[in-house]
Amino acid sequence: MTIEIKTATLEPIRHTFEHTRRRFGDKPASRYQEASYDIAPENNFHYRPMWQPDKLLNDTSRTAVVMEDWYAYRDPRQYYYGTYVQARAKLQEVTESNYAFFDKRGLAGRMSEEIREKIIRCLIPLRHMELGANMNNVLCTAYGTSTVVTQAFLYNGMDRLGIAQYLSRIGLLLDGNSGEALAQAKEHWMTDSAWQGLRRYTENTLVIEDWFEVFIAQDVVLDTLVYDLMYRQFDQTITEQGGSDLAMLIEFMQEWHKDNSRWVDATLKTTVAESEHNRELIRGWVADWQEKAVADLAPLAEIAVGEDAVSASVEVLNKRLAKAGL
Amino acid sequence: MSNRKLNLKDKYRLLTRDLEWEYSYRDYEEIFKQESFEGIKITDWSKWEDPFRLTMDSYWKYQAEKEKKLYAIFDAFAQNNGQQNVTDARYVNAIKLFLTGVSPLEYQAYNGFAHVGRQFGGVGARVACQMQSLDELRHVQTQIHAMSHYNKHFDGFQEFPHMHDRVWYLSVPKSFFDDARSAGPFEFMVAIGFSFEYVLTNLLFVPFMSGAAYNGDMATVTFGFSAQSDEARHMTLGLEIIKFMLEQHEDNVPIVQRWINKWLWRGYRVLTLVAMMMDYMLPNKVMSWQESFEVYFEEAATSLFKDLARYGIEMPAYAATAIEEKEHLSHQAWSIFYNYGHAAAFHTWMPTDQEMDWLSEKYPNTFDKYYRPRYEKWREMEEAGERYYNPTLPMLCQTCQIPMGFTDMENPTLTSYRQSEYDGERYNFCSDGCKDIFDHEPEKYVQSWLPVHQIYQGNCGGAEMEDVLGEYYRINLGVDNLDFHGSPDEERWNAWHNLQPAEDKLKEAS
Repeated sequence: MTIEIKTATLEPIRHTFEHTRRRFGDKPASRYQEASYDIAPENNFHYRPMWQPDKLLNDTSRTAVVMEDWYAYRDPRQYYYGTYVQARAKLQEVTESNYAFFDKRGLAGRMSEEIREKIIRCLIPLRHMELGANMNNVLCTAYGTSTVVTQAFLYNGMDRLGIAQYLSRIGLLLDGNSGEALAQAKEHWMTDSAWQGLRRYTENTLVIEDWFEVFIAQDVVLDTLVYDLMYRQFDQTITEQGGSDLAMLIEFMQEWHKDNSRWVDATLKTTVAESEHNRELIRGWVADWQEKAVADLAPLAEIAVGEDAVSASVEVLNKRLAKAGL
Repeated sequence: MSNRKLNLKDKYRLLTRDLEWEYSYRDYEEIFKQESFEGIKITDWSKWEDPFRLTMDSYWKYQAEKEKKLYAIFDAFAQNNGQQNVTDARYVNAIKLFLTGVSPLEYQAYNGFAHVGRQFGGVGARVACQMQSLDELRHVQTQIHAMSHYNKHFDGFQEFPHMHDRVWYLSVPKSFFDDARSAGPFEFMVAIGFSFEYVLTNLLFVPFMSGAAYNGDMATVTFGFSAQSDEARHMTLGLEIIKFMLEQHEDNVPIVQRWINKWLWRGYRVLTLVAMMMDYMLPNKVMSWQESFEVYFEEAATSLFKDLARYGIEMPAYAATAIEEKEHLSHQAWSIFYNYGHAAAFHTWMPTDQEMDWLSEKYPNTFDKYYRPRYEKWREMEEAGERYYNPTLPMLCQTCQIPMGFTDMENPTLTSYRQSEYDGERYNFCSDGCKDIFDHEPEKYVQSWLPVHQIYQGNCGGAEMEDVLGEYYRINLGVDNLDFHGSPDEERWNAWHNLQPAEDKLKEAS
């Protein structure tokens, strides 16, 4: 038997807002659509920004990329605020129990001194690179065009802060909350010759003005290389050397990168497919930043994994670019 | 290895503040280009006191719990057609005003806080601003979702972003936020973080949410409750930024004082819309504008500025004018909208007898003397089938962009009127506050996109008002606008509740 509750039905006079109807047709729109499309201000800005008087407030010319319609994008994850925080809360819950387990079982003590040192030297300094990534993605939120684009940048930006904080917590798990590991890692970031390339690259991205170029330099080129290098290859190396417990501490980063890459790939693909102009522009940026990244990452890759590590990561990047039509 | 326990402050320092490093491949000034042009002197960002020490893992966790609960209510509201349970269909016009006038400001705040969340040189301040940016995105999106169901059953919600960029009265809140966003990062924080989110929030956000609670609007009030803890965080950030600037350097004090004067006046003028909403648009009244102004501005601001006196900050200029206006503001604003009810994207109406009596009681010094006679006249005209609509276009204040309808407080029958000359042109203002703001930065305010000027210049769809209203603004003429009585909203409402329209009742009686 099924029970059937009768409710009064009221015929709606329209199915969604007019701007969502124009874009998606006269039918009920999803929450992602209503929250993401055509809601940013576009016209009749009153004053020119005192910090950039040659532009309007929400000016599409803050990048050389040209789109006929900046709402041509779609986040394959369909994140609006609500779905975003719920997805991250789920990942966070797993991470929390991993960290608690690591702590409770005293797994840091089971690692050899050598492994611990290696993690502190090769992995923990990445927390500073992640702060740079946070600033870069927030820049794209602030100066990018259309909500469907800018909101995903903010999610990415906040994720990077979260990852920087998880990396810091790994340091604290290894040093018994003294903060020494973090101080050591920072010293590596500031002075260790293995890290100076990546630090230089990061500081160079922080002065890029074109927000789409920032996306290419950070989210496409650098992240693809670094995440492959550290969270795949370095993870393997450490496991082979007897530090397999690290894996449970970096699961968040691995899962996050998979999730975020879906959006990065879609964004890249839509932009490249728009026009030859965009394709050429992006090709130039990719070539430029890839060359720098490969050179700047090589010393770190060598001490973290080994000689051929960077070229293995470059292969991953090239596959990814090819998929996006580059 | 024994793990020592970290307190919250140490933990936050290690997890967030310590992520910063000293740049050596690039100069600080290249990375934070906007930090010095406003003249604010920051000597040491490390002195920043984090207003809340929230790491991302906790942020995700708390916010996800709140979102889950909120959307459960939205779903239930839609499933049960909760829009039928509001006090009266007139109420819905208050949230039309909210979605077209206020939600887009949440969007602008999302933009603006991302901007400062990148530009500040201190990581503590940046991260706090970034979280606020994310919260503001939450607010605009949840507001859209809360109103989405109303949009399916009432007219006037359907083009909210399009209207916000164009419609004459919406240029009041829009220009306010454009003004803040086009300023430098520190001024933005005084404008929005401090003046708007800290000092004025109880006069803006709270009346709408309380109005929803008093009028059976479960979707909106649930949003309000859900946003409360976000707002509390935003208030602490607003206060911290002021204290930080004042503590960093004494040269900052006069700059901050001028910004406080400017932004509290700018913000107060935007609140005109809230004043009329409270006194006229809520079938169940929460409190009068005057009462709310006394509690949340006069009392709260007085004690706040007493606190700030130790930094050399004084009560904002023009506070006295705002206080003088409290017995007039809502009535003058509603009169403007009643006059231009054909050009608004929501319905207007004359108060019922009972509502007029409430207004007399709440405004004993002014309502019967100045406003009741006017309303009675308009009501007579309406009953005679000649509902009054003003066919002319009003003159707007160059700064706040409100039609020049405010009166001189010494002689409340006389329109208040100020003028300035700049570069051979004359500009008009509604008040000393608005004139002084212009005089200090004329090169900024001559740029104002004044809706009436734009119509005259032919930039709004044509010379005929029908082109402007129908095509350029996308108001459905005769559906979204005009008097509530006789509107399709009223007709549907009556059908849901088996009510007779007032007109039919009159006919039957005679």
